[in-house]
Amino acid sequence: MSGNMNLTLKVWRQKNAESQGKFVTYKAEQVSPDMSFLEMLDVVNEGLIKKGEDPIHFDHDCREGICGACSLHINGRPHGPKHGITTCQLHMRSFNDNEIVVIEPWRASAFPVIRDLAVDRTSFDRIQAAGGFISVNTGGVPDANSIPIPKVVADEAFNSATCIGCGACVAACKNASAMLFVSAKVSQMALLPQGQPERYRRVQAMVAQMDAEGFGSCTNTGACEAECPKEISITNIARMNRDYFNATLIKNEE
Amino acid sequence: MKLDAKIPAGPLAEKWSKHKFNLKLVNPANKRKYTVIVVGTGLAGASAAASLAELGYNVKAFCYQDSPRRAHSIAAQGGINAAKNYQNDGDSVYRLFYDTIKGGDYRAREANVYRLAEVSVNIIDQCVAQGVPFAREYGGLLDNRSFGGSQVSRTFYARGQTGQQLLLGAYSALNRQINLGKVKMYTRHEMMDVVTVDGQAKGIVTRDLINGKIETHSAHAVLLCTGGYGNVFYLSTNAMGCNVTAAWKAHKRGALFANPCFTQIHPTCIPVTGDHQSKLTLMSESLRNDGRVWVPKTVELAQKLRKGELKVTDLKEEDRDYFLERKYPSFGNLVPRDVASRNAKEMVDEGRGVGASGVAVFLDFAEAISRLGEDAVRAKYGNLFDMYMQITDENPYKQPMRIYPAVHYTMGGLWVDYNLQTTVPGLYCLGEANFSDHGANRLGASALMQGLADGYFVVPYTLGDYLATIGPKAVDNSHPAFEETKKSVQERINKLLSLTGTKTVNEYHRELGHIMWEYCGMARTEEGLTKAKGLIRQLREDFWKNAQVTGTNEEFNQNLENAGRVADFLELGELMVDDALNRKESCGGHFRLESQTEEGEALRDDDQFAYAAAWEYKGDNEPEVLHKEELVFENVKLTQRSYK
Repeated sequence: MSGNMNLTLKVWRQKNAESQGKFVTYKAEQVSPDMSFLEMLDVVNEGLIKKGEDPIHFDHDCREGICGACSLHINGRPHGPKHGITTCQLHMRSFNDNEIVVIEPWRASAFPVIRDLAVDRTSFDRIQAAGGFISVNTGGVPDANSIPIPKVVADEAFNSATCIGCGACVAACKNASAMLFVSAKVSQMALLPQGQPERYRRVQAMVAQMDAEGFGSCTNTGACEAECPKEISITNIARMNRDYFNATLIKNEE
Repeated sequence: MKLDAKIPAGPLAEKWSKHKFNLKLVNPANKRKYTVIVVGTGLAGASAAASLAELGYNVKAFCYQDSPRRAHSIAAQGGINAAKNYQNDGDSVYRLFYDTIKGGDYRAREANVYRLAEVSVNIIDQCVAQGVPFAREYGGLLDNRSFGGSQVSRTFYARGQTGQQLLLGAYSALNRQINLGKVKMYTRHEMMDVVTVDGQAKGIVTRDLINGKIETHSAHAVLLCTGGYGNVFYLSTNAMGCNVTAAWKAHKRGALFANPCFTQIHPTCIPVTGDHQSKLTLMSESLRNDGRVWVPKTVELAQKLRKGELKVTDLKEEDRDYFLERKYPSFGNLVPRDVASRNAKEMVDEGRGVGASGVAVFLDFAEAISRLGEDAVRAKYGNLFDMYMQITDENPYKQPMRIYPAVHYTMGGLWVDYNLQTTVPGLYCLGEANFSDHGANRLGASALMQGLADGYFVVPYTLGDYLATIGPKAVDNSHPAFEETKKSVQERINKLLSLTGTKTVNEYHRELGHIMWEYCGMARTEEGLTKAKGLIRQLREDFWKNAQVTGTNEEFNQNLENAGRVADFLELGELMVDDALNRKESCGGHFRLESQTEEGEALRDDDQFAYAAAWEYKGDNEPEVLHKEELVFENVKLTQRSYK
């Protein structure tokens, strides 16, 4: 596409966690199709600052699709209309001239709004801290090649490990379930030999924390997988469920 | 001030083991009486915080991001070096040491670099034990690839997301300690200043980015693991939030800043498209294993390409100039980054650049695809190709990528001794934020290595020595120094918030970036640098009059956060220019047009400049004072680098 576009933005504005939010309409003019979505918002914000108004707040950092900070719900979809990318990788060539674009934060009670489009995702960190690790101290570990791992297993573990912790799976889910996120980490470690000693303790601890944070249940809708920018597979959830079930059967593990 | 690097005596290969033995230890039962502050949770910070907590110290860790996992180490793509010699291709600790010293154009400290190479092998073991899914061969053993500036395959990788996987490993170790209560994690907290008591670092002042609360934290020691300052150029491959604030505040509190002009311009980034651009995206150096860099042979052909009269795929083999292969037959496309970047610039300056702007060269995979097949290329570089397609709307499987150098890494940073301690006792600096290991140019896949070496395997030993010396007596933040520092932080914030001018903070930042890129970028001259110094001063003065900062302190205010960071960049920029002016030689990434060989390579002046330039802050708008740490080379012979 060539030539610049004019867009109408309907943006969720909310001063802080306690206040009521509302949609506010802004014009984004002369938008180049080569801009990223966040660069388009930068330009809108520059205009707001020049008028002495508060810019639109949103989380972002690396702007290359890997840090997992950006988290916009665009036209009803986490990370916008394109499959397999984050908001920061979305470019304006994916929109049409004169389009109305609705921008909201992630919506989930476990992700309270901090301001405007930025939400608090520390619940994810607490789930990881509950058990998302292999208990080894620095030093005193075996030589790296003393643990051969079949390539297919290593690749599968890697596929699970690519999760960026953005929370799109939660935002996409009608139940605000965090199962895809949690199961990706559980799977990575359940697949690898290094993860075996704590395999069942880990899944129990992480699921318990996930429940405590107020995330919803999984009803196998599959929206999480469809919207995940890293295309994490829903089979991770099946693997986690199986491990969780086994964990309840095994009394005397590790 | 006399700079003492505290390099241990004895043969190179024995320095670290001997030094470890000579360092004082803290009794296991006493470790819990100490508190250590770690600022930044990238590879260096997360690994240090976790390792120190495992030893028994109480750790308070801080990051400005909403989660420690989002620190910008996450974005490192290509890999991590280690002298494992798993490929049986002649690698060794000494070779990695030698390559790193030479790659850095002989401006790094021998002892530090040797130690880095020595502990590199432990890093891989540690990461595998944590469950980092490195790439593997079908036999189940680890795979390697090669990187620029080396003739062996020693780079371990996890597809194009090595930094992510290593950081998630360190983050998991950190999480384990958070769970055990040994690390208290403060996310969305920005360090605003260091607190010194009787000349020793005893704490920090932070701002809670959600509610603006200014807090003081006390500790027995402070570790800055706050990354590099590449964003002084506005456009870089750094994350938007990467900043120099922590290091700069430490500098103003007495920590010398070394070699600030040593910045790395990475050769393979996606070119700029317009003024709206907010950052640049790197295409991993690993692509140069299979990609061939070229431009059209003649200016006429380049012009036709730019105008669209000719398609790149129409250009015949004999009309292409694979300039790196032509000029450097032995290293070819895998020359070090500074050499590759300078050559790309040269092509563009000659008028042979490509793309609509003419400010790009090609990186071509056609040969690799015909040799290996598209699937094999996809398996190796799939995510990078996808990223390129997202940004440019062009398919690199069908046509060459367009690339151009961009600011990527800063070798300069806070001066540290062999123990990673700055010139302020109790204040340590790790990872990209310090100056220690890469000299004037960093080799690919060495940043991850250094961050993790410092955090996992160096500071856990060296910090103990300092702590044992000062003893476990608690420091509390009721000492007046804490209140005074807090007050100065508040005053600065109020001053920023009082700015109600007409220009946005971003506009100042962009302008600063233009100045730095133009005059303190890939090629530098006395005249240009002198001009830049004046321009930066003007811009800084103008900032404090005409910038506009909205909102209040007591709220989530990204505009205010940004303003504080840009204000610090406006000060740092001038020091970088001073340093570049002082260093009249060329070396590594610092290229002074006045100092080059007949073939146009960087010409060092070892008689005059074989030192690390460490700058001492003397007050606002006062000239900084230069201190020299002479570099002594006992093991390698200084030669003109040649990658022919």
